[in-house]
Amino acid sequence: MRRTAITGIGVVAPGGVTRDEFWDSLVAGRSATRRITFFDPGEFRSQVAAECDFDPLAAGLRPQEVRRMDRYVQFALAAAIEAVADSGLRLEAEDRERIAVALGSAVGGTTLLENEYVAVSDGGRDWLVDPDYVSPHVYQALVPSALASEVSVRFGAQGPSVVVSTGCTSGIDAIGYGHQLIQDGEADVVISGASESGISPISMACFDPIRATSARNDEAASASRPFDRDRDGFVMGEGGAVLVLEELGRARARGAHVYCEISGYAGRGNAFHMTGLRPDGLEMSEAILDAMRQGEHEPADIDYVNAHGSGTRQNDVHETAAIKRALGDHAYRIPISSIKSMVGHSLGGIGAIEMAACALAIEHGVAPPTANLTHSDPECDLDYTPLVARRLPIDVALSTGSGFGGFQSAMILARDGGLREAA
Amino acid sequence: MITSTPRGGRRAVISGVGVVAPNGIGTGPWWSATTAGTSGIGRITRFDPSRYATRFAGEVNAFDAGDYVERRLRMQTDRWTWIGLAATGMALDDADFRPAEHDPYSMSVITASSSGGNEFGQVEIQKLWSKGAGHVGAYQSIAWFYAATTGQISIRYGMKGASGVVVSEGAGGLDALAHGRRAVLRGVDTVVSGGVEAPISPYALTCQMATGRLSSVADAAAYRPFDERASGYVPGEGGAILLVEELDAARRRGGPAIYGEILGYGATHDGHHPWAPPPDARQLARAIELALRDARIDAREVDVVFADGAGSRPWDELEAQALHAALGAHAAVVPVAVPKTMTGRLYAGGASLDVAAALFSMRHGVIPPAVHVERPDAGLGLDIVRGASRAADVRTALVVARGYGGFNSALVLRRTTDFDRTNDPDPED
Repeated sequence: MRRTAITGIGVVAPGGVTRDEFWDSLVAGRSATRRITFFDPGEFRSQVAAECDFDPLAAGLRPQEVRRMDRYVQFALAAAIEAVADSGLRLEAEDRERIAVALGSAVGGTTLLENEYVAVSDGGRDWLVDPDYVSPHVYQALVPSALASEVSVRFGAQGPSVVVSTGCTSGIDAIGYGHQLIQDGEADVVISGASESGISPISMACFDPIRATSARNDEAASASRPFDRDRDGFVMGEGGAVLVLEELGRARARGAHVYCEISGYAGRGNAFHMTGLRPDGLEMSEAILDAMRQGEHEPADIDYVNAHGSGTRQNDVHETAAIKRALGDHAYRIPISSIKSMVGHSLGGIGAIEMAACALAIEHGVAPPTANLTHSDPECDLDYTPLVARRLPIDVALSTGSGFGGFQSAMILARDGGLREAA
Repeated sequence: MITSTPRGGRRAVISGVGVVAPNGIGTGPWWSATTAGTSGIGRITRFDPSRYATRFAGEVNAFDAGDYVERRLRMQTDRWTWIGLAATGMALDDADFRPAEHDPYSMSVITASSSGGNEFGQVEIQKLWSKGAGHVGAYQSIAWFYAATTGQISIRYGMKGASGVVVSEGAGGLDALAHGRRAVLRGVDTVVSGGVEAPISPYALTCQMATGRLSSVADAAAYRPFDERASGYVPGEGGAILLVEELDAARRRGGPAIYGEILGYGATHDGHHPWAPPPDARQLARAIELALRDARIDAREVDVVFADGAGSRPWDELEAQALHAALGAHAAVVPVAVPKTMTGRLYAGGASLDVAAALFSMRHGVIPPAVHVERPDAGLGLDIVRGASRAADVRTALVVARGYGGFNSALVLRRTTDFDRTNDPDPED
């Protein structure tokens, strides 16, 4: 069976717009949430977000790319440039027809779509919008496949290319899609990850009425409080991460640095409610157990769990139950953390950022903390690594994701050599 | 208990088809119209199109969502999701598949989407900007995003298997089916797949027009792929939902005839330019070659090609070149069908509907005509089926699809012989 190695990592995240800055920020436990600066958030219930201080030109984008690409595409391209450089692949010498792209996003070009809409509808007054004044690039915002095509074009990748858009599990699912392309022999290298730039008025407005986002506007820097007794919703974030996935044997043969391999990936649906979660965590635990079986992992093999940990009460209870259901007593013995406490919840992008965090956790032997967790919630009684990062050997890391639509996803990364060799 | 590891011996077949198309709702009316060459394209009625250069589209005007979706759910969802739920119900009925009788984890929903819940989104964004933040409704967060239809299908039918949503514009319908097949190879028995689209709203149309690929000819016959007068395409709404099953599971279940097998798939990207045509047809040809190789068949076994049919000269020429490169001499003689001339291009729904048409061509031994293609470009060297439908013994069909931005996909379908699920899909295998 073909196996998938991770040989390159690139990240654009709030608090750290390169891989190293991102990791340093996580290990330091620094929260990057703040009062929204992109527009005046005064009329919104939730006025906080984790914004990226991102300079696309400094990240290696060309001016013409900056002009035509919405911000989320810029994030992915910047992360892809960093990841490909990190992998040591010399693309000019590679067979481009064997290089695929699989990227995720939940809401795609919503920011550009909204900005253009405001212009062509005369500030929201006209239903029959005026087509004469629309940006020539607006179609790439309507249809988020532009995310994948732009990255394929930049690297001349001629293998399969796709965007996966399963809401807030898009990041894990896109990397899962890339992993399956390698397993099935459809590609040897996949540039895979996800990105999002949804900090826009319409996105903030749509989460207000359902009280999904935090209204802790006076304490913006500590508003994201997963697993804390005083949490009151998630904090919107933005950013992206891209991994270079590579067939393991090939990666070893070229002497690449293998961060780890993907040892399991699975998804389930709760088939229950678009936004609601049952407290038993059943379907998420099924996804975790499926991923564990693929890697032949016992619960005791799991050294660290990077939780979805969005900071809604519903999620935290659901997820705690799911982890216990899947790992049994072992769930109490290992560090679990939510980096959304620091980088916010970038919807479709965050799953990929969390996979990057897991790979770096294995690499550095550090579990990043859950920031702002000062008052534990009696309903959430696991070890969520409060406030301070923890040094420990991590051979196997589990990441979970949960999203609107009922989607539940799990992915497991294992240190190269930490897995049983296939017969 | 499913362990999602790929395994051999599992085969993906299509056992149910649900269609909501501009020229017919339900497979019966749609196939009758399609084989009769009846187009569903007309002047846009959903809003006044006078100020838009593109005034014609394939609308599903007879579609009454109230027939398929209860009022409470209609309030929470876009027309795109209504069409998806309607087509899903039809596909399940067609296969006589009753989800409640099956293990929830053995059923997945993997669809294509391209532009999400357009009209719903425009209504809410207009409220935000004209009235203020407090006027945005509670359902915007679940109605507009690209995964909304998949989520609603999963919830309505209790399907808890690995789900997915793929976006690759017009190639998405094939990519979703291929991803559905990946799920089947990994242990899921049933996948609701395919795709639908509802892009005929003022802002969504404005976005589409920005590509410069839509026809501005104010005529219901404006979309003429492979024709000397090709002037761009006409957009449309609708599509098809297809029920994919693992072959043995479908046999065990019993029930009506299986349509055919997903025998091969290939996907590539031009990797050339974010919107301009590539310098040659190599990557589209390679997608076709990969699909044939995956299907383990020779090009000469292809009995019909359902073409992408972009409807503009450079793209039509590239597709013809790709067919000649991938099929060799057979490209000049194999019938090429373009039934989307009767619906317009449906984006995520387009290739899904072409797959439905391919399956019906196999079952009924008839290839539908392309309409409005009156002066086919002889230089392309293709046998476009036009004028009237053509009787043909169709055992193997090739469906080609492209997505804006350089996506190329191809799917090979193989007829299930005798329409008897107790037999092998084809004894000649």
